[in-house]
Amino acid sequence: MSLRVGIDVGGTNTDAVLMDGLAVVAKIKTPTTPDVTGGITTALRHILDASGTPVSAVAGVMIGTTHFTNAVVERRRLEPTAAIRLGLPATLALPPMVDWPADLADALGRHVFLCHGGNEFDGRPIAPLDKGELERAATAIAEAGVSAIAISSVFSPVNPGMEEEAAAIVRAVVPDAYVTLSNEIGRVGLLERENAGILNACLRRLARETVAAFRRAIAEMGIAAPLYLTQNDGTLMSAGFAERFPVLTFASGPTNSMRGAAFLSGRLDAMVVDVGGTTSDVGALAHGFPREASVAVDIGGVRTNFRMPDVFSFGLGGGSLVSSDPLTIGPRSVGYRITEQALVFGGDTLTTTDIAVAAGVAEIGDPTRVAHLERPFVGAAMARIQEMSEAAVDRMKTSADAVPVIVVGGGSILIAKPIAGASEMVKPDHYEAANAVGAAIAQISGEVDRVYALAGTSRDAALDEAKAEASARAAAAGADPGSVQIVDVEDVPLAYLPGNATRIRVKAVGDLALSRHAQ
Amino acid sequence: MRRITVEALDDIALGAAVLGTGGGGDPYIGKLMAQAALRRHGDVELIDPHELADDDLVVPTAMMGAPTVMVEKIPRGQEIVSAFQALEAHLGRPVRATMSIEAGGLNSTTPFTVAAELGIPLVDADTMGRAFPELQMCTPTLAGVTATPMAIADEKGNRAILQTIDNRWTETFARSLTVDMGCAAMIAIYPMTGRQVKETCVLGTMTVLEEIGKTIRRARLVHADPIEAVRAATDGFVIFRGKVTDIARRTETGFARGEAALAGTGDDAGQTLRVAFQNEFLVARTEDRVLATTPDLICMLDAETGEPITTESLRYGFRVAVLAMPGDGRWRTPAGLAVVGPGYFGYDIPYLPVEERMGAEGIGSDGPSSGSA
Repeated sequence: MSLRVGIDVGGTNTDAVLMDGLAVVAKIKTPTTPDVTGGITTALRHILDASGTPVSAVAGVMIGTTHFTNAVVERRRLEPTAAIRLGLPATLALPPMVDWPADLADALGRHVFLCHGGNEFDGRPIAPLDKGELERAATAIAEAGVSAIAISSVFSPVNPGMEEEAAAIVRAVVPDAYVTLSNEIGRVGLLERENAGILNACLRRLARETVAAFRRAIAEMGIAAPLYLTQNDGTLMSAGFAERFPVLTFASGPTNSMRGAAFLSGRLDAMVVDVGGTTSDVGALAHGFPREASVAVDIGGVRTNFRMPDVFSFGLGGGSLVSSDPLTIGPRSVGYRITEQALVFGGDTLTTTDIAVAAGVAEIGDPTRVAHLERPFVGAAMARIQEMSEAAVDRMKTSADAVPVIVVGGGSILIAKPIAGASEMVKPDHYEAANAVGAAIAQISGEVDRVYALAGTSRDAALDEAKAEASARAAAAGADPGSVQIVDVEDVPLAYLPGNATRIRVKAVGDLALSRHAQ
Repeated sequence: MRRITVEALDDIALGAAVLGTGGGGDPYIGKLMAQAALRRHGDVELIDPHELADDDLVVPTAMMGAPTVMVEKIPRGQEIVSAFQALEAHLGRPVRATMSIEAGGLNSTTPFTVAAELGIPLVDADTMGRAFPELQMCTPTLAGVTATPMAIADEKGNRAILQTIDNRWTETFARSLTVDMGCAAMIAIYPMTGRQVKETCVLGTMTVLEEIGKTIRRARLVHADPIEAVRAATDGFVIFRGKVTDIARRTETGFARGEAALAGTGDDAGQTLRVAFQNEFLVARTEDRVLATTPDLICMLDAETGEPITTESLRYGFRVAVLAMPGDGRWRTPAGLAVVGPGYFGYDIPYLPVEERMGAEGIGSDGPSSGSA
């Protein structure tokens, strides 16, 4: 027997499923604990006990988490972060974080440093690196008590040298610095790549703590199977990689729940509304996969250039705070503390779940504790919740025709009435665990990112070589070779290198071949 | 005369991305720079070309270089004002207004920086009615207007004034300097009298851009098909729908050249479309048929959202609609085709207007007009 565990760690709940091939064998929803570990071990213990599965039969543990996206959306647990850009005298017109929402830039502290450096398209320096200038910047960063640093440099995807040199200078001054280099994350497009780097840097501490908690939970259960995290394109990455690049988990939550929703409902072309505890996501499925955004993707109002599902997130979830006079809902949420803080659970914070119970559309906790809420207020709040959901679906629809709407996620109790513009509204079995199912069915990828000299060969031959190698890497990482497909091909010519050099990136994905891991 | 606000630049930039035909540079960067300038100095006055006196002096301003470079090496900001002031000083008399040379892409918005910083008006016109990759490819060239004297400036503070024997030479020298300046430079070029602007330029294009931008925005709001909205607003044709299966790129002599291959979907299933580009999309053809060529406009839009797609952001797997629109009538003359026809770009394809290539199937009840873009 070879099984895999899919876990979705949300701001409010931890969902887990145990899957045997295409069947959901066991599932559980349990509150996310402040230490993260507790919620995961509770969930793991439950699904293993319920199904009578020995830990040795588990072939892989796949975790999807919205932790990092939520931190950015809510502007919480973000570290003060310094952005150093090497580009002067160019790029001054649009300094780092120029188009960021003011509250997010404030949360990071606006430690922005424009320094000399960067490369021209052909490799010449725009200006030489100025060691003294960088040391002054680093000193200011150290004095501000900032240790998260993002370094970007003009044309670093084709020449990462200056970013690396600058990092060494900065590390010598800021002892406990952890540095994200933009060339490690993004591609050509300075502002977007730099944005991704800054977001990654401000999440590093949270990433270290969170991945450590994941590891602890697995170890406590005695599971020896590999731990993966799902990334934005729905494929898996190793836990160690995720620790360094938390930004790559962005939008993995929506990808998982949309793939899970398609898998569970059998509807391959539909809109999906995933209502969580803190936020809701709306996206469109095309042929069972999330429709990808074709241009820049906003995350918490910041423009990036990842390949990501085209998802609209808004601050509505089962734990969203509700206040009256004036009526507001979200974006702040009690998150995992819902079982202590919501009125129906004996707390003193009014949440959307309390509203749903008061309105009689959900039976959770103690309804007498919300009996005092005035009917008109409850009605107005329910109407606002419906309005927010319908506006989001409407925003993401790409045609005026009625389409199926699949509603998933634990917070979907909030949606009591059919969504306007839906041809049918589907709440599939296991709807509350769609994201965990999506994580469990995530695929394995293999990537090649290398500079090829085309002197003695053709572009087609180099591409074929890269594709074969990416496929082999996917298979080596555990993909079933028969299922491997090339999903992304990109080549960027490097005009300045001799021999007509080009940087080729190829990504191959395939289904995880579980039998190979089984004992 | 009317005032252009920070908000209006959103629509202008979106419309400019459509007429950018895949090139013309990232309109996002151009828009951010122009909006920053407007926030510092206030709204910009847009004047109708007919408000110009015949002897007014107009100096268009622009960014020159490769689009793939411009998304990386963002300008310092002052170099465009520096180029403008260098040329004004060289000409020895005050300039009444600036103007765009290129309605497509980021050069639709770059002159707003000059207008805002110096407090001068912007003329509602351009010299292409779209985007083209070379400096002589401007309608004033066809009327014998010289591009020089022109000024070119970089972020390091270097400036040069060029005087050439014809506009082709202007392109050659300015391109060499641009490559030396890191493939991104700022220029002030085609100094013209008010009369020359009125007689030789494509008039009213800033307003056209704003209208196209508004059309797409409105279509999205009411969930109308944005592709159809753009087609109707531009007298264009939807020539292909498909998925990007390959993109070959190379950067040569300061240009992003290459070819995208698309596998057809829907009615075009089984067909392959190849779209060649040199900064802009120039030729679209299937295995057995040419569908559209320069100087008609070839645009790629996201099949569902209608978002214009530039050649540098084009990636494997994108689902797109390819539209073709008639270019300005002056480009369709033998003299115009000699400057921007398929032959000039190295394609051995005779030019036929897109409405003829589309034949009866394409000419619907609202067939194309005489062809001003």
